[in-house]
This record gives sequence, C-alpha cells and structure tokens, in this order.
Amino acid sequence: MKKVVIDAERCKGCELCVKYCPKQCLDIADSTNSKGYLPAFLAREDDCISCGICGRMCPDSAIEVFKP
Amino acid sequence: MQDVYRTSNSLTKNTMHYCPGCAHGIIHKLVAESIDELGIREKTIGVAPVGCAVLAYNYFNIDCVVAAHGRAPAMATGIKRVHPDRIVFTYQGDGDLASIGAAEIVHAAMRGEKITVIFVNNAIYGMTGGQMAPTTLVGQKTTTSPYGRQVEHCGSPIRIAEMLSTIPGAYSVSRVTVTTPANLMKAKKTIKRAFQNQIDGKGLNIVEVLSTCPTNWGRTPYESMRWVDENMVPYYPLGDFKVPEEAK
Ligand SMILES: Cc1ncc(C[n+]2csc(CCOP(=O)(O)OP(=O)(O)O)c2C)c(N)n1
Ligand code: SF4
Ligand code: SF4
Ligand code: SF4
Ligand SMILES: [Mg+2]
Repeated sequence: MKKVVIDAERCKGCELCVKYCPKQCLDIADSTNSKGYLPAFLAREDDCISCGICGRMCPDSAIEVFKP
Repeated sequence: MQDVYRTSNSLTKNTMHYCPGCAHGIIHKLVAESIDELGIREKTIGVAPVGCAVLAYNYFNIDCVVAAHGRAPAMATGIKRVHPDRIVFTYQGDGDLASIGAAEIVHAAMRGEKITVIFVNNAIYGMTGGQMAPTTLVGQKTTTSPYGRQVEHCGSPIRIAEMLSTIPGAYSVSRVTVTTPANLMKAKKTIKRAFQNQIDGKGLNIVEVLSTCPTNWGRTPYESMRWVDENMVPYYPLGDFKVPEEAK
C-alpha cells in the first residue's frame, strides 16, 4: 500500500495538497477523472515523510495517509 | 502500515458540492473531527444556514436541520432548550450571521445560550454570486462593489468576534483560520474547545473562522489562502477574545 492514497474520483484538482506538501511529493495528473477534474497523484513516494499535511488540507476528504 | 490521517466518522461519504479548494470543506472536517474525538456524534444536532453551507446536512453524519437565512441561533436556542442534554451547533456564513442574522446572534449571545457557533467569514456572499457582505474589506471588489468597498458609502467591515466579546452572555469568543497546517491545528483545538465548553454547560461559544471563496474572489485556492493571511488577518486579528481561565 502507498503512503498516500488519493481517491482520484473524489479529487477536484484544487492543488492545495500539491502546494502544502513540505516535500513536493505530489503532482497533478494530465488526464481527467470522470467529472472532468485533473486529480492529484503521489509522484515521488520516496520523498514522502507521511506527515499527513496533504490529507488535512484536502477539502474533499480525497486523501488518506499511512506510515510504514 | 499505520494510519496517519483518515476521514472522520462524523462525515458522510458524500462528495461535497463546494467549489474546488473552497475552505468550507476543510472547516467541515475540523468540526467533524472534534465531534468524533469528544464522542458526541450520537447526541449532536447541527443547524445549517442559508449560504453555500445550506447542504451541510448531507455531509455531517449527525442529525441536522436548516434554518431560515440568519436564524440558525434562534433555531438552535429552541432545540437546546427543549433538549438540554443534546450538543447543538450552528454553522453560518458571514452573509448569514453578520448581515441578515445579526440580531439573532447578538441576542443568542446576550441570553448566554448554551450552544456552539461556527462562523465562517469569507468576506463575501458566496452562494449568490459574490456580492458585498458586511465583512467585505475596504477596497475589496465584489459584484456589488465593482470599484472596491467604499467606507463613505457602506461603512467599515464589521468585526463580529470583537463585538460579541463585549457581551456578558458570550462565554468563549475566538477567531482562527485554516491557511497553514499550524493555523489549522490551532483552529481544530479552538473548535473542539468550543464544543467542550458546551458539554460543560457553558455558552454561548463562538469560533469565527476566516475562510476563502476562490470562485468569487477570482483567485486560485492557494492564492486565496495567501490572500486571507495578507489581507484579512491584519483587519481581523486571530486569537482568543474571551476565554475564561477555567476553559483554557
Ligand atoms: C431571506 C433571504 N434573503 C436573501 C437570500 C439570498 N441569499 C442566499 S445565500 C445569501 C448569502 C450567503 O452568504 P454567506 O452567508 O456569507 O455564505 P457563503 O455562501 O459565503 O458561505 C443570500 C443573501 C435568501 N436565501 N433568503
Ligand atoms: S504525507 Fe506529507 S510528505 Fe507525504 S505527500 Fe502528504 S504532505 Fe507530502
Ligand atoms: S487537496 Fe484534495 S481535492 Fe485538492 S487536489 Fe489534492 S486531493 Fe485533490
Ligand atoms: S461560491 Fe465560494 S464559498 Fe461557495 S462553495 Fe464556491 S468557493 Fe466556496
Ligand atoms: Mg460568505
């Protein structure tokens, strides 16, 4: 399981998680979900410190964070 | 794998209707987490406003009602007085609480109602298309102040937390925001305390949360967060305006 699990169908592509991640682990995908939003995804898992900030800042409860 | 962050049990699985990046969703989560942590989900009743949060009952996994515009504190008063063992809160925007509902919040505070009020101030009428609110900043452009709010014409923005803190019946009055992870944690602590105070039989408890409206402000969600820090916080300072020692 990944450290950060993003539900791409819930995501509205607002980029708050991308901007607030202290390790710049997240990016925005280049293809849309079924609602037409470009969802966020975990692009650099090795850099992720499982701090939970992306999950807390996501307004749409699209992110869950885990620690190995 | 160990859980670091998961969605609260006091939220339903429904997708929120809020615009992408709107801070209403973040504030809902803080309220829901507070309800979870205090173990009061089964006995909490929410009163939703008229405004973008009118559909909040779809998202809180608790019993909710919707009040007429601005009347949530009056409705919450009735519910709490009939069911004093329940935990009752209102969730209201600035158009709802500070404009059409100004009398209701002032008198609910004056009576010292044992309720919790989450006041979401985004300096605009979000739902109706971005009109000027009493909280709109001087110079801020909205659809009804296209050249920016002018003091000579509309007066100065109302500081609700400061005003309510002068009312003896208000038990706790604070202002927070959710613009950084640190501010968010502080906001969570303050909201949780505003519920704990009610559990302890105290009221009225109000938390003003400086929020965003990326859509009507014409800014990205992240720029909107910065705009709160740079423009709203200097006029609407954060902090506890009235919190008794016993509640700290
Ligand atoms: C009695 C009445 N007057 C006016 C309206 C129109 N109206 C709907 S929402 C709203 C203001 C909402 O602004 P706010 O409370 O700040 O909530 P936001 O959408 O910004 O979260 C107004 C004036 C109404 N629904 N009912
Ligand atoms: S858990 Fe922390 S480090 Fe990992 S992606 Fe989220 S914000 Fe970045
Ligand atoms: S904060 Fe949430 S909704 Fe916004 S881009 Fe990230 S996952 Fe998507
Ligand atoms: S109109 Fe503004 S306050 Fe309403 S959901 Fe959209 S961004 Fe949020
Ligand atoms: Mg508003």
